[in-house]
Amino acid sequence: MDYGFTEYQTALRDLAREIAEKEIRPVAAEYDREGKFPWPVVKVLAETDLFRVFIDEKYGGITEGSPIFNMCIVTEELSKACGGIALSFAGTALGAIPILLSGSEEQKQRWLPDVAAGKRLAAFALTEPQAGSDAGAVRTTALRDGDHYVLNGAKQWITNGGEAEIYSVIALTNPAKGPRGASCIVVEKGTPGFTFGKKEDKLGIRASATRELIFQDCRVPVENCLGREGTGFITAMRTFDVSRPGVGAQALGIAQGAFDLALEYACTRRQFDAPIGSFQGLRFMLADMAMKIEAARALVYATARYIDTQPKERPTVYAAMSKCFAADVAMSVTVDAVQVFGGYGYMHDYPIEKYMRDAKITQIYEGTNQIQREEISKALINAFHSRRPAVARAA
Amino acid sequence: MFQAAAREFAEKEVAPHTEHMDREGVFNHELLDKFFEQGFMAIEVPEAYGGSGGSFFMSILAIEEFSRVDASAGVVVDVQNTLVNNALQRWGTEAQKQAHLPRLARNVLGAYALSEANSGSDAFALETRAREDGDGYVLNGRKLWITNAKEAGLFIVFATINRELGYKGITAFLIERDTPGFSVGKKEDKLGIRASSTCELILEDCRVPKADVLGEVGKGYKVAIETLNEGRIGIGAQMVGVARGALDHAVAYARDRKQFGKPIAEFQGIQFQLARLATEVEAARLMTYNAARLKDAKLPFLKEAAMAKYFCSMVAERVASECLEVYGGYGFTKDYPAEKYLRDAKIGKIYEGTSFMQLQTIAKMILG
Ligand SMILES: Cc1cc2nc3c(=O)[nH]c(=O)nc-3n(C[C@H](O)[C@H](O)[C@H](O)COP(=O)(O)OP(=O)(O)OC[C@H]3O[C@@H](n4cnc5c(N)ncnc54)[C@H](O)[C@@H]3O)c2cc1C
Ligand SMILES: Cc1cc2nc3c(=O)[nH]c(=O)nc-3n(C[C@H](O)[C@H](O)[C@H](O)COP(=O)(O)OP(=O)(O)OC[C@H]3O[C@@H](n4cnc5c(N)ncnc54)[C@H](O)[C@@H]3O)c2cc1C
Repeated sequence: MDYGFTEYQTALRDLAREIAEKEIRPVAAEYDREGKFPWPVVKVLAETDLFRVFIDEKYGGITEGSPIFNMCIVTEELSKACGGIALSFAGTALGAIPILLSGSEEQKQRWLPDVAAGKRLAAFALTEPQAGSDAGAVRTTALRDGDHYVLNGAKQWITNGGEAEIYSVIALTNPAKGPRGASCIVVEKGTPGFTFGKKEDKLGIRASATRELIFQDCRVPVENCLGREGTGFITAMRTFDVSRPGVGAQALGIAQGAFDLALEYACTRRQFDAPIGSFQGLRFMLADMAMKIEAARALVYATARYIDTQPKERPTVYAAMSKCFAADVAMSVTVDAVQVFGGYGYMHDYPIEKYMRDAKITQIYEGTNQIQREEISKALINAFHSRRPAVARAA
Repeated sequence: MFQAAAREFAEKEVAPHTEHMDREGVFNHELLDKFFEQGFMAIEVPEAYGGSGGSFFMSILAIEEFSRVDASAGVVVDVQNTLVNNALQRWGTEAQKQAHLPRLARNVLGAYALSEANSGSDAFALETRAREDGDGYVLNGRKLWITNAKEAGLFIVFATINRELGYKGITAFLIERDTPGFSVGKKEDKLGIRASSTCELILEDCRVPKADVLGEVGKGYKVAIETLNEGRIGIGAQMVGVARGALDHAVAYARDRKQFGKPIAEFQGIQFQLARLATEVEAARLMTYNAARLKDAKLPFLKEAAMAKYFCSMVAERVASECLEVYGGYGFTKDYPAEKYLRDAKIGKIYEGTSFMQLQTIAKMILG
C-alpha cells in the first residue's frame, strides 16, 4: 500500500523499523520481564536523531513540516517490536508538546534542544489519585511566593517518571478558581522538594516507567510557567488534541506487530497435515484482523496529517476517534493473535501474549475510551447546535 | 446448599491465597489438602469408593465458584473431577477403580495427558509410542502442557501402539508418578492461571503393566473424546466463574469510584456496559447449567457442551477485558484484581479444544 509518505517520512519509517528490529525486538522480552527502563535503546534513538522529528527546526528538530505525523510513524514502528519501549519515545513527545504549544520563545530555547538531542527525556503529569477522567479535580498546588511557585501534592502514574528530566506539570496556581486556576509548569528533575514515589507493577508496557511524582515545598522559578497563569487546562487539552493520534499509532504498531507474528505462525504451524493458515475459519480471522488494522491506520494517518496542516478548528474529534478506534482494534487483534498461536500463545516463552498485555493500556491512558466517546459525541452535538439558527433550536 | 458451601469455601479458603499464588506461580499445598478434606476432589465419585457421591452438576457448581475467586483453583478441581475421575469411573475396571478412586478422593491429584508439541488440535496425531513387551508396554515420548503435573501422583497418558493405525492405535495408560522412566519436566511460565502447574512429561523406556491400560487397547481415542466432551462443560463453568468474579469486582468498584462528583456507576455509559456484560454472563451460565443437566439426565449433550465452552470463553474474555477498563488506570496495575481476570480468561478459548475446534464440533452436529 502506498500511504503517500514523503521521501523524508519513508526514510524515517525505514530507520525506525531498522532500530525496532535490531535494537528492540531482541531485548523486548527481557525488559518486559524485569520491568526496567530501556536506556540503551533510548541512547540509540538519540544518536539516530529520532527525538528531533517532532520538534521545530528552530530548536534543533527536523520535522520537514510534519511533526505529528513523524511522531506517529516512529511510534508505530517502535511499537511493532515493543509497545513499552516505544513509550520512552512517545512519552517524551507528550511531555514536550506543552512546551511546543504554550512555551515562550525563551522557554522553547531552554528545553527543546536537549529533548531534540535526546539528552533529556520529558514527561507530562496531570493525573492524581482522585483526578483521572475528571482531570479538573487535580489538587496539586503551585502557590506564588515572590519569583517562585511552591509546589505541593502528588501526581500518579506518570510515564517516564523518575527517568525523565523535564516534567510538564499541571498544578493549581489559584486553587480558589478550580480548574480555571490551573497552570502548566515545567519542573526539572533534581529540583529540591521534587521526589519520586512508588514505581507501578503493571500488566503490560512493563519497560515503561510509571511512577508517582511527589512535590513537597518544591520551589520552581516563575519563568517555568508555560503561557499565562490559569491556562493549564487549555494547554492540557490542546496537548491531547495532538498527542492522542500518537497513542493511536502505538496501538496500531502493537496490532501490526502481533499480526505479523500471527501470520508467520499461521503459515508455519501444521496441524491435520496442513498449515493452520490453510483452514478457512482461521484465515477469515486473519482477514478481519488485517482489515481492522488498515482502517485504524487510515484514521491515524489522516488525523496526524490534518493536525500538521495546523487547522483553525480544534482537531479534538478526530484525535479522539483515532486513539479510541486504534486502541480497540489493538485489543481485538492481539487477543486473536494469541488465539492463532493456540497453547503456545499462552506461554511467556513466546512473544505474542505480551502484545495483548501491552495493548490494553491504549484503551485507558490519555483519556479512557469512554472519555473519547464522551468527547466525540459532545463535540458533534455542540457542532450541530452551533450550525442551527437559534430560532430552530428553541423550537 | 452445595453451591453456598462451595462459595463460602472459595471466599474463606481460596481468596486469601489468590494473589500470592498468581505472583509466585505455585499452588498452595495446604489449600490442595483442604480441597481433599472437604470432598471437592471426588464430587461425583460414589461413596463406596470414598467419594462424595454427588452429581456432575455439583462439580460444575464447585468449579464455577472456585474460578470466581481464582481460575487456577477452578482448573485444579476441574481436571480432577471432570477428566481424571470421570475417565476412571467410566473406563476403569473394577480393580482399577478400587485401586485409584479412593486415593483420588483422599489425597492424590490426577493429571490428563493428551497434547504434544506437534499435536494440539490434531490430538490424534500424537507421537508418544507404546511398544508391547511381555506383560506390559514400554512408553517413549513427550507430553506437553499437562495441567496439575507438578503436584499429581497419577497420570492418564495417551500413547499410540502403532502410528500407522491412526486414531485406532491410541491407548490410554494409568501411570504412577514414581514409575521408572517417567518424569515431569519443565514447568511453564504463563500469562494466566499461573498457580495451576503446566508441565512437560517425559517418558523414556517407561514400563507400564498391561493391567494399567485404561479401557481397551486401541480405544484410547474414545476415552479421550468422551471425557473431553464432558470436560468442556467444566471449562464453561470455569469461564462463567471468571466472568462473574471480574464483573462482581467491577460493579463494586463502579459504585465506589467517584469522578466528576459522583460514582462512575451513575454514568449511563458505565451502566449500560455493566448491564450488557451481566446479560452475557447470565446467558453463559445458563448454557453451562443446561449442558450439565443434560449430561446428568443422560440425554445427548455434545452440541450443548461445545456451545457452552465456545460461548463462555468468549464472554469471559470480553467481560474481563471490559471490566479492567471500568477500573481505569487502576485496572492496569497489579494492585487490583482486574488484570488477573483478563490473563486468566484467555485460556478458556485455548485448552480442551480451541474455539475453532468447538465450532467444528457444533457445525458437524448441526450440518450432519
Ligand atoms: C501505565 C499508565 C501510564 C500513565 N501515564 C500517564 C502520564 O504520563 N501522565 C498522566 O497525567 N497520566 C497518566 N496515566 C493516567 C491515565 O491517563 C488515567 O489512568 C486515565 O485518564 C483514567 O483515569 P483513572 O484511572 O482515574 O480512571 P477513572 O477516571 O476513575 O475511570 C474509571 C472508569 O470510569 C469511566 N468514566 C469516568 N468518567 C466517566 C464519564 N463521565 N462517563 C462515562 N464513564 C466514565 C472511565 O472510562 C473508566 O472506565 C497513566 C496511567 C497508566 C495506567
Ligand atoms: C495452560 C494450558 C494447560 C493445558 N493443559 C492440558 C492438559 O492438562 N492436558 C492436555 O492434554 N493438554 C493440555 N493443554 C493443551 C491444549 O489442550 C492445547 O493447547 C490445545 O488443544 C490447542 O493445541 P495447540 O496449542 O497445539 O494449538 P494448535 O492446534 O496448533 O492451534 C493453533 C491455532 O490453529 C487453529 N486450528 C487448528 N486446527 C484447525 C482447523 N482444522 N481449522 C481451523 N483452525 C484450526 C486453532 O484453533 C488455533 O487457533 C494445555 C494447554 C495450556 C495452554
